[in-house]
Amino acid sequence: MLLIDCPYCGLRPEIEFRYGGEAHIARPADPSALSDQEWADFLYARTNPKGKHAERWRHIHGCGRYFNAVRDTVSDFFVTTYRTGESRPETEESAR
Amino acid sequence: MSDTPNTGTPYPIVPLEALAAASRPGVGASLRLLPAAARLAFRGREAAIGPAGAAFGLELPRTACRFAAAGTRAALWLGPDEWILLAPGESPAPLVETLEAALAGLPHALVDVSSRSVGIEVSGPRAAFVLNQGCPLDLALEAFPVGMCTRTVFAKAEIVLRRTATDIFLIDVWRSFAPYIWQLLEEARRGTG
Repeated sequence: MLLIDCPYCGLRPEIEFRYGGEAHIARPADPSALSDQEWADFLYARTNPKGKHAERWRHIHGCGRYFNAVRDTVSDFFVTTYRTGESRPETEESAR
Repeated sequence: MSDTPNTGTPYPIVPLEALAAASRPGVGASLRLLPAAARLAFRGREAAIGPAGAAFGLELPRTACRFAAAGTRAALWLGPDEWILLAPGESPAPLVETLEAALAGLPHALVDVSSRSVGIEVSGPRAAFVLNQGCPLDLALEAFPVGMCTRTVFAKAEIVLRRTATDIFLIDVWRSFAPYIWQLLEEARRGTG
């Protein structure tokens, strides 16, 4: 069983969580000033890295809170988790 | 062809009360349907937490996954700004009135969810074992001590689980999931004698 370290509840089974997409994507402050291409990039373009990926997770069957995690997309290893609003912690660059 | 009407499912629909009435205490674990309770979902920021607790009659727990109890009432931590307030045998309306009066002017959400869920007690020396047939949490006393509560899953249903004594767990489950949970628990219990 894969355990995920919820920043509020501690280590909990993966089945209690839901994936929430890439983290740290800020909505443009003034969307009407953007070109269609820039807006499309904000909506749809994601980094999709092979390696460490900062992403949102929700502890839906627990505290219900969103938080961020750095996960290695190659090994599915959770490097770290941190609360929403905190910046991405420094992690070693993964092998590509 | 049988005489039973076709309900669209191969299984008979058994009301929870009938299941509970048919359940016999076991050596390893027993199931019991808990009496109706007032349940209030409370969410609020820092300023509202203290007054809410004072009006309810106990301090809302601030430690993750812990509940506080006073008399028959209990307040369960469900999230950093979310609690469920339980008052077995009480009517929710006066409780809401008292709390709303204490919380006037403070941003918060207080919702009466009394009828949403039902309570089930799983007790006995094998209670943790029985629960672990559907719940993936570590229910050892060191990992899930008395006084702990949390939302989690049991098989495919979401439950709120709390431990009131070494051998006693209480489940809060949405009403429509309750027969499903009960039957799974009953089946798991059969293996414990």
